[in-house]
Amino acid sequence: MIDPGFFLEIIPKLLAGLPLTLQLCTLSVLFGFVLALALALAQQGNNRFVLWPIRTFVSVFRGTPLLVQIFLIYYGLGQFRPNLQAIGLWWMFREPYWCAIIALTLNTAAYSSEILRGAIRNVPRGLSEASLALGLTRVQTLRLVVLPLALRQALPAYSNEIILIVKGTSLASIITLTEVTGIAQDLIAQTYRAMEVFVAAGAIYLLLNFLIVRALQLLEVRLTPYRKR
Amino acid sequence: MFDKLHLLGFGAGGWGALLLEAAGVTLLLSVLGFALGAVFGGLAAAGRLSGSRVPRGAALAYGTVFRGVPDLLSIYLFYYGGSVALTSIAHLFGATGFVGLPTMVTGVVTIGFISGAYQSEVYRGAYLAIDKGQFDAAKALALTRIQMLRLVIVPQLLRHAIPGLGNVWQLVLKDSALISVIGLVELMRQAQIGAGSTREPFLFYFAAAALYFAIAGVTDLFFSRAEANASRGVVHR
Repeated sequence: MIDPGFFLEIIPKLLAGLPLTLQLCTLSVLFGFVLALALALAQQGNNRFVLWPIRTFVSVFRGTPLLVQIFLIYYGLGQFRPNLQAIGLWWMFREPYWCAIIALTLNTAAYSSEILRGAIRNVPRGLSEASLALGLTRVQTLRLVVLPLALRQALPAYSNEIILIVKGTSLASIITLTEVTGIAQDLIAQTYRAMEVFVAAGAIYLLLNFLIVRALQLLEVRLTPYRKR
Repeated sequence: MFDKLHLLGFGAGGWGALLLEAAGVTLLLSVLGFALGAVFGGLAAAGRLSGSRVPRGAALAYGTVFRGVPDLLSIYLFYYGGSVALTSIAHLFGATGFVGLPTMVTGVVTIGFISGAYQSEVYRGAYLAIDKGQFDAAKALALTRIQMLRLVIVPQLLRHAIPGLGNVWQLVLKDSALISVIGLVELMRQAQIGAGSTREPFLFYFAAAALYFAIAGVTDLFFSRAEANASRGVVHR
């Protein structure tokens, strides 16, 4: 039943999709983090005209399937080709690669802005008051006091979010990108050996997730050496 | 674009009725998948909490695999794997050629397996959150094991589990869109069909997004009602 030769044959084929999976994941997490941080900071004030659009963005991207978001961006915006060409953005929306990254970025920004918003709010008020009393500017207070503490606190929840993005990159295969899941589907369709391909591709994802969780745990230990665990 | 809105209407050439019907399929698929997931999740939680090693290990492996692997990959496993198994069984009874598994069945089973992995964590956490004194009190009242579960443990377990179950439900609803890849005509697939035949992808995917958003919002109200109902009489400090 178990055929080691078959595994040796499919694993290199599946691994060929790993660089694309990693690229999609890394770029979306990076862009998404920057956007999420901006959204979280913008929500610290109480200007209704800032809050309302952000709350809408967050709840729409959290309340609809990622697949719909990808299709809306890739196929839906393709309809506005002349307009996109006019503003010089067509090169981006033409490529499934960039469309997948845009969709994943917006999706993860919506989720992680909530994580960061909570973490920033949970930094004790006395700390930022103390640093303002020491004569630090508001930007310095944010950079030296509030953000380091908030990011540390957000780390465990953020590692879950990165795992979700790794899983989310699999949807890029539906818009023709041949990352690990796309290759797995081709292999299953060719060989009809669903179980073996699932085990091999699944192992790649589980290993990847394990490495990410481990790396972030080590980072957490480094950032909070005083905390007993 | 606004002159195309009649495409979503209910008149001649309007896709409104088809989209609403497909939203119904999405809802049915999600509800059945979630219910099946409650069975798998309950069993897996019992396994994780069990004293013996085999059920504990099996439940842990189940949870790790189906929460860690992309849902799309699990869908391919059940769709192709199930169809291959069904074909070989059908061949035993003299059928020839390829026999495909009904897509609704595959969808419900797949969502059941995935959401069961998430639900098991919710049930396990909820069980562990029950005050140990409750078990002792139930024993002191000479309740049988079944009575203890039915009258004391399960009602409290559900109260702790509802918020987590609400999150899993939202996940299930969004996951159901992936079942479109195996050809089940639910909301996502219907939107694709509409987008293809009218060449108005933006309009149709936007409408699909709006319907998903509406279903998510309405069902969320249901969960917050259930939460309020289950925690009536609980004093929050």
